[in-house]
Amino acid sequence: MQNIETAQGQAAFVRQRRMSSLNRILKYVLVRGLTLLVTVTIGVYLAILIANGGGYVDQMRIGQIREQVSLILAADQEMQFVTVQERRAIEESMIQTQIQQLGLDRPFAVRSFEYLWNGLTLNLGSADYLLSDSGSRQVRNILGERLGPTLLLMATGQLILFFSSLFLGLILSRSYGSFLDKFIIAMAPTSSAPAWFYGMFLILIFAALLGWLPFGGMVAAPPPEGTIARILSTLKHMILPVTAMVVSRIFSSAYSRRTFFLIYSSEDYVEMAKAKGLSDREIERRYVLRPTLPAIITSFMLVVIQLWVGAIVLETVFNWPGIGRLTQQAINMFDTPVIVATTVIYAYLLAVTVFLLDIIYSLVDPRVKLGGGGN
Amino acid sequence: MTGVRNLFRQMRRYPSAVAGSIIILFLIFMAFYAIFAIPYSDALRLWRGADNIWIQTPRNARPAWLNYFYSEKQPENIKISSIDDPSLMTVIDLGGGVSTADFEYVFDYQYDGFPSELSVFFTAKYDSARPNVALRWVTPDGREIPLADLTVTAQLNHSVSQDSRLVRRLGGQPEIKLFEDPANPGKVLKGTYKLVGEGLVFEDGSSVDAELVVFGKLYGLAGTDHRRRDITVALLWGTPVALSFGLVAAVGSSIATMFLGAAAVWFGGWIDWLIRRINEVVMILPLLPILIMVGLFYSRSIWVMLSVVILLGIFGSGILSYRSMFIQVKESGYIDAARAYGAGSGRIIIRYMIPKIIPTLIPGFVTQVPSFVFLEATLALLGLGDPVLPTWGKLLNDAQSHGALFNGYFYWVLEPAFLLMLAGLGFAMLGFALDRIFNPRLREV
Repeated sequence: MQNIETAQGQAAFVRQRRMSSLNRILKYVLVRGLTLLVTVTIGVYLAILIANGGGYVDQMRIGQIREQVSLILAADQEMQFVTVQERRAIEESMIQTQIQQLGLDRPFAVRSFEYLWNGLTLNLGSADYLLSDSGSRQVRNILGERLGPTLLLMATGQLILFFSSLFLGLILSRSYGSFLDKFIIAMAPTSSAPAWFYGMFLILIFAALLGWLPFGGMVAAPPPEGTIARILSTLKHMILPVTAMVVSRIFSSAYSRRTFFLIYSSEDYVEMAKAKGLSDREIERRYVLRPTLPAIITSFMLVVIQLWVGAIVLETVFNWPGIGRLTQQAINMFDTPVIVATTVIYAYLLAVTVFLLDIIYSLVDPRVKLGGGGN
Repeated sequence: MTGVRNLFRQMRRYPSAVAGSIIILFLIFMAFYAIFAIPYSDALRLWRGADNIWIQTPRNARPAWLNYFYSEKQPENIKISSIDDPSLMTVIDLGGGVSTADFEYVFDYQYDGFPSELSVFFTAKYDSARPNVALRWVTPDGREIPLADLTVTAQLNHSVSQDSRLVRRLGGQPEIKLFEDPANPGKVLKGTYKLVGEGLVFEDGSSVDAELVVFGKLYGLAGTDHRRRDITVALLWGTPVALSFGLVAAVGSSIATMFLGAAAVWFGGWIDWLIRRINEVVMILPLLPILIMVGLFYSRSIWVMLSVVILLGIFGSGILSYRSMFIQVKESGYIDAARAYGAGSGRIIIRYMIPKIIPTLIPGFVTQVPSFVFLEATLALLGLGDPVLPTWGKLLNDAQSHGALFNGYFYWVLEPAFLLMLAGLGFAMLGFALDRIFNPRLREV
């Protein structure tokens, strides 16, 4: 009788524990999510301040109004019968009305918050020069078209980098002091160069000299017939940029994983597990890999942030039709709305990536689950 | 002093520290050489390419030393000028103000490749009557080919390669047809070539000078770019720019971060809270897009960029590690002692907390230098390089936008890339070794 009670009690206790840890995880994720949202808001506001610091957003909008008004007047038949001065006065008053209607005469402090909301919702109107492939001028449509390729490239690169550095790190920690170990340590300083830098060398070797892989782009031109052929072509175009991303970070990442693993495998509980006669794989999985994961995710977060920053140039070098290439095109054409929009979208992308890693972190870090610690 | 000597002794045990130091010293030497060999204003003028400075260098020429590796030797620039050697110009007074201005420029052409262009640059002095010059080409096998009859102005750049009538008459590009072996089409006829000019000036005191330039396919130590500029200028001047950008950004942001970290720990409370929240925000701010906007809307000057980088770097990831170090320092006994004798906050931070951390600061900023060097290159590659300074990144940007890799101008990419890598590796290797020297915990594994 008593046994059943204890069993029930235990089950209830476990259930309660589970509930409370679920609560804690949710709370952690929620807090992190809110923090990140605040961060994005600050980032976008900063972007607007910078963009308008030179008065560019205002100028841009007033310029648009001026153009519209003069177009309306040019189409107006009656305007042929008034003098130039009168016509100019009419034009000026129409522009002023428009400016008042749009609230451009309000102080910037007030307007900036409107811009902030527009920025956060990516409601940035139309681009000055750039068009989307479907011919739209809307910044949102242009960005939407470019988001997919960027996500495809970056997600592939980051995932491959994460897992390959993890496995390489494990192999190195097993063969501590071997030639491979020393080689990777010696190569770690090469990770100071960004991905685009290695990208150029890869293009030089595999596209220009050997001709095995394309110089850049996302699919062959003209695109091959059929979905499978198109996917294969895209995969082929992805090889070089993804390799560039992985090569640029793999050595220092593997080195830092290896160091983590080595530090954690000298813990007492690992010795204990060895003494119990557990297999090496078991020890690695349960006593080395598991406790290191939070630290690994934290350090991977920094790498991911750097990769996102490098994405603009990586896409430019590889002519990859993503947000980064769009940024570069917008810079060359001085397309202010698109530049502001790309800054906003990068703020979002960074925040979302960090948020995803945070969720994983909250699932693997026992301190989050059990409460306490943390700081 | 003993501390420094001790440091050097320890560094010698790390090959990467030695190699890194050698690379850095080499780059510093190169930077000073650049500053003294090409003064700042000259560098800017050369790179802007005003006043037709680069009119006599070939376009997109490869570095000259590549000839050691080529089985078919490619030509370098050949220049014969009566300005450099006035004896080449035969002047015979014919009376009535008229005199001859004849010249015969002889050169030996022993290359396997054709030149890239052929031009004759004239400078003349006259009041109203312009001199005349007739040009003839004499090949090693004795063929004589009339090139042009010219009326020379004060500055006349006669491009033989772009003379469309000559192109039609020869049935191909002059720089190829004039050097081709008629018995062996597509091959160069090696031997002594002559450019014969028969000129007449029509006034007293009037004169003509002629410069023949056979543009090579190779030029100088580093080759030239699409605007005929010698790449060496940018390679040399890129060194002080990259080093100062990297060092100032790294040192500036490290030191500021250290002070902030110390303040956060010492004062604690809301200051600590605020600094940590700002850090959280700055960490995931998209740095590059913000720099892009600053570059576009305000100034592309490298110093403005540098200030923004330092400003955003202050609250970067470094502040957390400084914070954790200072937390340990704050607990030390000597801080309590300082507090006991009544030292103020500022004094404790500056005199007692920061000196304790400085040794760990050094590897920190040495390893940060490469990322800033590459950041400068990244900005330049996006077309946001400093508008006037020649830098490595701007070379890469030019190369990239002119399809250097696609068109086979590998030197154009490889040279700046090599120097970038050298700078990156030098500092990274040294920083890596210093990190192991200063953080013994890392040395164990």
